[in-house]
Amino acid sequence: MAKITLDNLAHSYLPNPQSDADFALKELNHDWVDGEAYALLGSSGCGKSTLLNIISGLLIPSQGRILFDGKDVTTAPTAERNIAQVFQFPVVYDTMSVRDNLAFPLKNMGMDAAEIKRRVQKVAAMIDMEAELNHKARGLTADAKQKISLGRGMVREDVNALLFDEPLTVIDPHMKWELRTQLKKLHQDFGHTMIYVTHDQTEALTFADKVVVMYDGRVVQIGTPQELFERPAHTFVGYFIGSPGMNLFDAQIDGTHARIGDVSVALDGHYSAAGHTQLGVRPEFIRLSANGEGVPATIRRIEDVGRHKIVRLDVMGREINAVVAEGEDIAADTNRITFAPEGINVYADDWRIAPRGTSV
Amino acid sequence: MSDRTLPENVTDTPEMTIHKPRVTSRRFRPSGSAVVMALYLLFLMLPIYWLINMSLKTNNEILGAFSLWPRNLTFENYATIMTDASWYMGYVNSMIYVVMNTAISLAVALPAAYAFSRYSFMGDKHLFFWLLTNRMAPPAVFALPFFQLYSSIGLFDTHIAVALAHCLFNVPLAVWILEGFMRGVPKEIDETAYIDGYSFPAFFIKIFTPLISSGIGVAAFFCFMFSWVELLLSRTLTSVDAKPIAATMTRTVGAAGVDWGVLAAAGVLTIVPGAVVIYFVRNYIAKGFALGRV
Amino acid sequence: MNKTVNQKAWFLILPVLLLVAFSAVIPLMTVVNYSVQDTFGNNQFFWAGLDWFDDMLHSDRMWNALGRQLMFSAIILAIEVPLGIFVALNMPKKGFWSSFCLVFMSLPLLIPWNVVGTIWQIFGRVDIGLLGYALDALGIDYNYTQNTFDAWVTVIVMDVWHWTSLVALLGYAGLRSIPDAYYQAAKIDQASRWAVFRYIELPKMAGVLMIAILLRFMDSFMIYTEPFVLTGGGPGNATTFLSIDLVKMALGQFDLGPAAAFSLMYFLVIMAISWVFYTVMTTLDKRDGK
Repeated sequence: MAKITLDNLAHSYLPNPQSDADFALKELNHDWVDGEAYALLGSSGCGKSTLLNIISGLLIPSQGRILFDGKDVTTAPTAERNIAQVFQFPVVYDTMSVRDNLAFPLKNMGMDAAEIKRRVQKVAAMIDMEAELNHKARGLTADAKQKISLGRGMVREDVNALLFDEPLTVIDPHMKWELRTQLKKLHQDFGHTMIYVTHDQTEALTFADKVVVMYDGRVVQIGTPQELFERPAHTFVGYFIGSPGMNLFDAQIDGTHARIGDVSVALDGHYSAAGHTQLGVRPEFIRLSANGEGVPATIRRIEDVGRHKIVRLDVMGREINAVVAEGEDIAADTNRITFAPEGINVYADDWRIAPRGTSV
Repeated sequence: MSDRTLPENVTDTPEMTIHKPRVTSRRFRPSGSAVVMALYLLFLMLPIYWLINMSLKTNNEILGAFSLWPRNLTFENYATIMTDASWYMGYVNSMIYVVMNTAISLAVALPAAYAFSRYSFMGDKHLFFWLLTNRMAPPAVFALPFFQLYSSIGLFDTHIAVALAHCLFNVPLAVWILEGFMRGVPKEIDETAYIDGYSFPAFFIKIFTPLISSGIGVAAFFCFMFSWVELLLSRTLTSVDAKPIAATMTRTVGAAGVDWGVLAAAGVLTIVPGAVVIYFVRNYIAKGFALGRV
Repeated sequence: MNKTVNQKAWFLILPVLLLVAFSAVIPLMTVVNYSVQDTFGNNQFFWAGLDWFDDMLHSDRMWNALGRQLMFSAIILAIEVPLGIFVALNMPKKGFWSSFCLVFMSLPLLIPWNVVGTIWQIFGRVDIGLLGYALDALGIDYNYTQNTFDAWVTVIVMDVWHWTSLVALLGYAGLRSIPDAYYQAAKIDQASRWAVFRYIELPKMAGVLMIAILLRFMDSFMIYTEPFVLTGGGPGNATTFLSIDLVKMALGQFDLGPAAAFSLMYFLVIMAISWVFYTVMTTLDKRDGK
């Protein structure tokens, strides 16, 4: 187990990167605190897997250093880093039995047979494959194969970190939930540093203590699920997290108030912003009103998703979403929306700005 | 979510300044693989180099002083071949029957391979193996019967005789290769085409054939290869008019001993067509050699 | 794949059947015909029953040729398969050098077989060949036309030169089909180079290697042209393999009866061994769910 430090790290797949756009992973400084569970969240191609492969040593970064507990391992081979990693698509050794598959990393480390047997038995129970231990891995379903891949990662108890690269993509939905629970339990039992790459926000938010959101090769925000939800540091985070995502309104910022069109909106602090300024408001903080106050809006349609209703509105030609509690009535003559001030975030050129006098 | 677009300008932000990349020096590892490959290619190329070397020497130089490269460079040997019809017609003959064979093999193998890859019918598995056994038939076994068969129907010393004879091993091979590629095409494509009203021939030519074009290329490559390199049957079935270049080469052994220079030049010229074909298919070789079975 | 039962598929097979019937069944019938008849010349034949088969089964000549043939096929398989795999493992994975290697490795495969013989005939000669001259200069007494051992070595080296690339190219095709994740997982699992080969590369290559072995076995068992050009079957009968012997018997001595009986038994041996390979191969295919 170790603290993992990324120092000035960046990576390009091109031999001579010229501009910022050539970098698959843009410059990054970060400490992965020992024993925490992180989720690395972002859409496909945003550099998540690149970052993971650099940490595990499958890729050597084109610049910067990686330190494990302060020791430079930038060019150390994977084996020396003692890291477990599980990939998106199942990797099993076809010709081996399930048991040998699980024991493979331990055997490679030269562990004694009794200990291997104990651990394999334990992991087999975790992934619910005790009955299949003596089967050949070849004929198994994709699910089962991925469980073996996970098992091969979990069987190594003394690893510096456990990395998961979208491991549950091929797994059945009900099994997904169960395996995620097992992973969480594993984390609680052993306290490994875990980094879990996913593009599924539910997976990220339920698994991790801290979520790292990446966009276009850059880390845009690191925070707890609550922080990401309430204070998205970048419009992308607002868009990506939450369902539906955060609403954005073009607005002029003027101290404690903002203007959307010709409507004035109260803010919860004093802001000074330049550039392209926007207000970000999550659907949960939008209130419908019929009394002439707020921004003019027309209801387009209402979707009942069970736990709550999503109201799709037309505000100045843009589609805006509001979330209304299941029991609440929606007035037929709704023609305005208002915002809860604590739910408004102010953005300048897509980055969130804090009100004067605060640091968050 | 119609007018919701991804924010675009995240790259130019004040917080994240762009540093000139400090490139980590990659460790240089001397590659054992390169050494292995160099040695292997050297092993492959040395005999060919020697043949080329000899083809550019006069007989006197060949039999005289031993030298690693031609001291008196001469194209005389090539000139001999290019100007003598009995020599260069050998190449023409070979090319004719090789092309004929490739065309015939593919034409009959395509429908058969389709049948094997899509349908099960009485005796299909035995038939498939029986076809393959013809690939296993030693040409030596067939040399004499072929000679008699083609003589009796008046095809002896014609190109078509050699082309048909080579079908013996090329048709099974083509069926086998094409069947492998066709298995990779999902059956739903056939069904969709039939629903869309295509007749079988129209579907086969317009839709299916383009889908397995790489397989057809590979099969053609192999047919070309095995027909081009075969000598026993092509020599047995021809005497003058359709005589292949490979057989013509035996002419160099005359009363005055072997004409080494011309022999070497003729040999070099037989390598050229193969080299040209390989150059054109170089990017498909690896995939092709897997015969659609990887 | 689930195949539809459709007896009409026979019509699609028909062209192949007619062609193969013409170019295989009719000639084969001629062979069968000869194998059970004897002649005093003048195209007068009479029934000889299984006499020729009986003769051939008790002929030292055939057993010796078969022995040499089996030894030759065994030796070249034992060299070409491991060497081919080794070369495949060392080939560049992509880029210019990959194409470069592919082109030059394929070259020997497309050289007419008699030219292959000619190339080595020249290359091995002590007076004008690089190999022969070099060995002679090193003080090694080498002469493939006189010495049995030298003849065997030369024929085997020639076959290795000619065909190892086929095994290597097939193996390479198999290797290329392995996703990167397998190698990455192996690194994570701290597998040794040997373990990567044994548990990842070899299983993935198994299918194509079977094809390679099958092709190499069949072709080496039928080899005729190359050794014929190189050694003419000599010195003595040292490199007279089955096909060379058969052609000698049929076209040289015109002993049609024995040659025909010989042919049929020859064919049966190849078929039997190939059937074993083929069965193993299709079982492998099925196990992989292909």
